[in-house]
Amino acid sequence: MKAGFIAGEVWSGLRRNLSMALSVILVTMVSMFLLGMGLLAQRQADTMKGYWYDRIQVSIYLCTDTSLQPNCQGQAATEAQQESIENQLKAMPEVKEVFHESEAEAFARFKEQFRNSPITGNVQQGDIPQSFRVQLSDPTKYAVVTSQFERAPGVASVQDQEKVLKRFFQIINWITVFSVFLAGLMVVCAALLMATTIRQAAFIRRREIGIMRLVGASNWTIRMPFIIEMLVVATLGVGLAVGMLWLGLRLIFNLGFNQVVLNKALIGANDVWALTPWLFGGVIVIAVLTSVVTLRRYLRV
Amino acid sequence: MIRFDNVSKVYPRSTRPALTDVNVNVERGEFVFVVGPSGSGKSTMLRLALREEKATSGTVLVAGQDLSGLSARKVPRFRRGIGAVFQDFRLLPGKTVDQNVAFALQVIGKPTSAIRQLVPETLEMVGLEGKGKRLPHQLSGGEQQRVAIARAVVNKPQILLCDEPTGNLDPKISLDIVHLLDRINRSGTTVVMATHDADTVNEMRRRVVQLEDGVVVRDAEDATYLAPEGEK
Repeated sequence: MKAGFIAGEVWSGLRRNLSMALSVILVTMVSMFLLGMGLLAQRQADTMKGYWYDRIQVSIYLCTDTSLQPNCQGQAATEAQQESIENQLKAMPEVKEVFHESEAEAFARFKEQFRNSPITGNVQQGDIPQSFRVQLSDPTKYAVVTSQFERAPGVASVQDQEKVLKRFFQIINWITVFSVFLAGLMVVCAALLMATTIRQAAFIRRREIGIMRLVGASNWTIRMPFIIEMLVVATLGVGLAVGMLWLGLRLIFNLGFNQVVLNKALIGANDVWALTPWLFGGVIVIAVLTSVVTLRRYLRV
Repeated sequence: MIRFDNVSKVYPRSTRPALTDVNVNVERGEFVFVVGPSGSGKSTMLRLALREEKATSGTVLVAGQDLSGLSARKVPRFRRGIGAVFQDFRLLPGKTVDQNVAFALQVIGKPTSAIRQLVPETLEMVGLEGKGKRLPHQLSGGEQQRVAIARAVVNKPQILLCDEPTGNLDPKISLDIVHLLDRINRSGTTVVMATHDADTVNEMRRRVVQLEDGVVVRDAEDATYLAPEGEK
């Protein structure tokens, strides 16, 4: 069977069944777009985790004389308390680095960070307590530090950035689960639609099929145009989905978030390309399987 | 070439058998009419010989193959050795005459060079030279049937099965078609033609197998359609 002849059959088949072919393209596109979005969200979360966990810190705020925390009993932390905390921290194996931020440094940093905000005017030096910034060698072990220093004398509060990030990552996780679930439903739709399309295409081509059977064309010759048709439309669908993912990433992330501090921790086009072969492979497997099963059921020779 | 041994066929969901205990043997190169009224089992015989249906009991041997033991995978190859023509022509309306005939060769993987040679050759043989670029609806009924015959014989089959090929044609054209089949037969192809057209049968005076209600009631050489039983 000549490739040119098959190509002609596929082309005429697609033209005669254009509306169904279009719907398969669109459904495949939407399903793969959703799946891609879910997977990209997960990759984004992973990228961010790596970025943030390198920078994550546990902050131990010391008491000032205006502290309201019961642990402070209304008194500022003494030199001795401060020293004992620092020594304890440095002795801990989980701790990679410790540095002390004085009230003056804290105030300067605050002014720098909120330089465009009107609230700076009401804050004075001493309103922000001195603190120890602790860098952990394993950021997930923050609980050790928290439990040891929460009730230590002179400590107002222990704040861990991981708690904030955890919520954030949880949200990303939910987005992933949701979009992958939707994508799963859409993939089922796509497979069913492919099956229906093949049945309709077989009906449209019943004359040709009848003659092919009569003159002794092999089963594969009869089936191949259908399978190739499905492959063509499914591949077009994935192609569009990948294009949309790439475009979406460029528009939303790179242009919208670029100004924000996060830009180093963002996924980019490379992540879309990394996903692409999997999306294509998955859809090709689905298209071929659906075609073969459907043809087996509806195109008995 | 074609042998029916005690063949019976009962279609599913049918109470009456389509064929009952049929014994017919068609030799290589023979021309046989299968005659009988509608529903007498003519088409069923041809469908069995094409392996479109399987016999309920008995054996059907075609071109040396026992069709009851032929696996579905081997059916296509078997059918390549058999041509078939029908009352309704079964041409592809969107394809030209050339393309219709070439289609039969393309789908069995014949090389393009062979197709370029065989198609015009066969069209000339059936008397359609110069009409290759026409579409089926631009041809008369007789011409359309010639295209169908060209398609059936273009792969040079050993056997040509014709199911009421003249059923849609007027008497004069019908005779032309049967003469064409006769010519094909003389070149060595075994021809079996089912018909209920008495005129063509009487004109040709060939072997006649007569069916009634699925039973062979007469099998006679050099025969006419309505000849009384027992008289030759």
